[in-house]
Amino acid sequence: MTEQMTGRKGASGPEGTAGTHGHPAPPQSPVPSPRDLAARAPHREGARAADHSHQEAAAPVGPADHAPVGAPATAEPRAQIASAGRLRGTGAQALVYALEHVGADVVFGIPGGAVLPAYDPLLDSKAIRHILVRHEQGAGHAATGYAQATGRVGVCMATSGPGATNLVTPIADAYMDSVPIVAITGQVPTNLIGTDGFQEADISGITIPITKHNFLVTRPEDIARTIGEAFHVASTGRPGPVLVDVAKDAMQAMTEFGWPVPFDLPGYHPVTRPHARQVREAARLISEARRPVLYVGGGVIKARASAQLRELAELTGIPVVTTLMARGAFPDRHPQHMGMPGMHGTVAAVGALQKADLIVALGTRFDDRVTGKLDTFAPGALIVHADIDPAEISKNRRADVPIVGDCREVIADLVAAVRAEHEQGSRPDLGGWMAQLDSWRSTYPLGYAEPDDGTLAPQYVIERIGKIAGPEALYVAGVGQHQMWAAQFIDYEHPGTWINSGGLGTMGFAVPAAMGAKVGRPDACVWAIDGDGCFQMTNQELATCALEGIPVKIAIINNGSLGMVRQWQTLFYNERYSNTDLHPTDQPKKPTGTRVPDFVKLAEAYGCEGIRCEETAEVDKVIERAMAIDDRPVVLDFVVHKDAMVWPMVAAGTSNNDIKFARGMAPDWGGSEE
Amino acid sequence: MTRHTLSVLVENKPGVLVRIAGLFSRRNFNIDSLAVGPTEHEEISRITIVVNCEEHPLEQVTKQLNKLINVLKIVELEPGATVQRELILIKVRADAESRSRVLETVKLFRARVVDVALDVITVEATGNRDKLDALIKVLEPFGIKELVQSGMVAIGRGGRSITDRALRPVERSA
Repeated sequence: MTEQMTGRKGASGPEGTAGTHGHPAPPQSPVPSPRDLAARAPHREGARAADHSHQEAAAPVGPADHAPVGAPATAEPRAQIASAGRLRGTGAQALVYALEHVGADVVFGIPGGAVLPAYDPLLDSKAIRHILVRHEQGAGHAATGYAQATGRVGVCMATSGPGATNLVTPIADAYMDSVPIVAITGQVPTNLIGTDGFQEADISGITIPITKHNFLVTRPEDIARTIGEAFHVASTGRPGPVLVDVAKDAMQAMTEFGWPVPFDLPGYHPVTRPHARQVREAARLISEARRPVLYVGGGVIKARASAQLRELAELTGIPVVTTLMARGAFPDRHPQHMGMPGMHGTVAAVGALQKADLIVALGTRFDDRVTGKLDTFAPGALIVHADIDPAEISKNRRADVPIVGDCREVIADLVAAVRAEHEQGSRPDLGGWMAQLDSWRSTYPLGYAEPDDGTLAPQYVIERIGKIAGPEALYVAGVGQHQMWAAQFIDYEHPGTWINSGGLGTMGFAVPAAMGAKVGRPDACVWAIDGDGCFQMTNQELATCALEGIPVKIAIINNGSLGMVRQWQTLFYNERYSNTDLHPTDQPKKPTGTRVPDFVKLAEAYGCEGIRCEETAEVDKVIERAMAIDDRPVVLDFVVHKDAMVWPMVAAGTSNNDIKFARGMAPDWGGSEE
Repeated sequence: MTRHTLSVLVENKPGVLVRIAGLFSRRNFNIDSLAVGPTEHEEISRITIVVNCEEHPLEQVTKQLNKLINVLKIVELEPGATVQRELILIKVRADAESRSRVLETVKLFRARVVDVALDVITVEATGNRDKLDALIKVLEPFGIKELVQSGMVAIGRGGRSITDRALRPVERSA
């Protein structure tokens, strides 16, 4: 991530600026016309005050110090050249200028009162495509989907008050999954802040606990620098969401700006280089372990460390498990891959962690959905824990060897250190351990029962989508049963091909995130695997997809209920189905599906192709039809059996030892070496 | 559970205190005492936090605080190598009958009388926690009408300064 951002920054030099910022002749005079001033009259006082304070503060900055080489003299048609390499224009122009220079190419958003100034220069930007969404939550998840699919920073924009608070869910989502997004919100003018002004919300206060960092900008001269800092903070170290709240008057006032910007982040020093002694210690433990496991998390994907991971796995022969956030980090078809651990993980993956004598945790955080009851998790294992965030190490499970660093560097160093161990002859025989895991894998494979009433098995539908679309496609899921089945029954071979809401578990994630992923990877086939409950939370973005030419494919796994909650009611609440049936007026003879709303008609109303499928024999045909359509979004309504359940399962709060591979069926751990 | 004193150097910017206080509540940590003020460098503020917790949660607190972008440096100040002070202002009843005894107590604790009214005097005292607790205990029988305390501030003994080293990156990036 770090290197990539650096690369992009490097590219925005003379060549990038000439290519991307050659704007046509200015449509308006650089000096605001009297009409402009009249339009801004309500805020003139604030704007003047801000501009005045700028002149006082500008002196120590030293405009010439940071003059970019080959500055884009014509980049901002309505901004004037102030001095060598610096422009003079509004704060809003500085904002768009900074977004262009930091490498943003897409912004998802909705304009509104307080952010209107930023939307004006955005109209002229050739480098930035703004995609008008239908709800700000969609903008936020789209930014996340874009970031997950490309590895670049996703950007969303909203106005003050309700626009900003609608971003809260996707910001929290990105925080939990460490996704680099930058959210830009307009704020009421400085003189109204704190007065409960119209559409005022303290969004920087609200998002403190769910952002990596946030900024409230009230001075125009701070805007460009803050945008640069926001992208830097979002994309380096442990990635995460950063919010920049910009007061309207700061966007309207005149200022000077240039690029690059000097960062003022004295307290921000992410560590990426691992400590050599800790790496050697980890290699020593690896060379001594008899039952080691590589426990791989989303950090490996964020660090683009899949190649290094494969090298380490093949060098050592150690089995690998990939968490929900790491699906695709290691090829599913690789013989050392034991699958996904956790609440709905494979018996082999859960067993591998549980019975291990050494867990090498890479870019993962011992989440409760993976460990089960923490004090019974992997009782015999030593822990090597590598993460870029020092606060994750020993947060849940104490690490015997802590390693702080970027996963790519950590794993590359581990490869070298393990080689050194091998050269000295320490190379354990893992044959017995692999045989043990293989026997669990073959005895308890992932599987499902076909419904006996002839209705569609949801797992079958998802499995077929994976087979037909193949490992080059991108798969985006909502949250619930369909998400778990998509994690289980699709084979992932490449990093970045599986996008989901892991930590926050945000229903409604799939449609907007798939939209963002498709915008970031227009070449790729993007499938959203969604539930009918999830789909109804954010399907308004179908309109965005249809109008903006974003041909995603959406498979609704329609069981007419909030399936995962229903599963818990079946298992833990005596089959009392309180408020999980999404179509309670349905006839008792027809327990599957729902026609309210009619998803096919809804798809058509949104300008998408809508196809319904209720027969097993039709599944392949329908998927292939969807694959053949590339000029508009497709919505497939797969009406599936209501009572299918996700297995295996470790019930919440219980030990991983008590995993069930089907209802009431516990695996026989047999001759494990404990 | 043991008491730990953390000195947190932060950028002197609006909103930093709420980030720190919010972190404590979000991560379910309790603050016993908190004091904030400027330092010899105008761009740095110093927050002294006293927490009562075990070693493991303390490590988590420190690591989480360190992740805040506005936090420059965190030092745990060991009681043995640290001067720790709090300030207290107490309005205590002192009528004609008890006044001389109150004043005697004040003198004994090397406290100062900062305001006098008809039947009340206001006492100012500084010291470590134990001394101030003892003062309160002794004044209580006379009748404490009002009491206010600062949080604890603390500074390491000896010639070294923790702000000097924290300042370096500030200068470098400016």
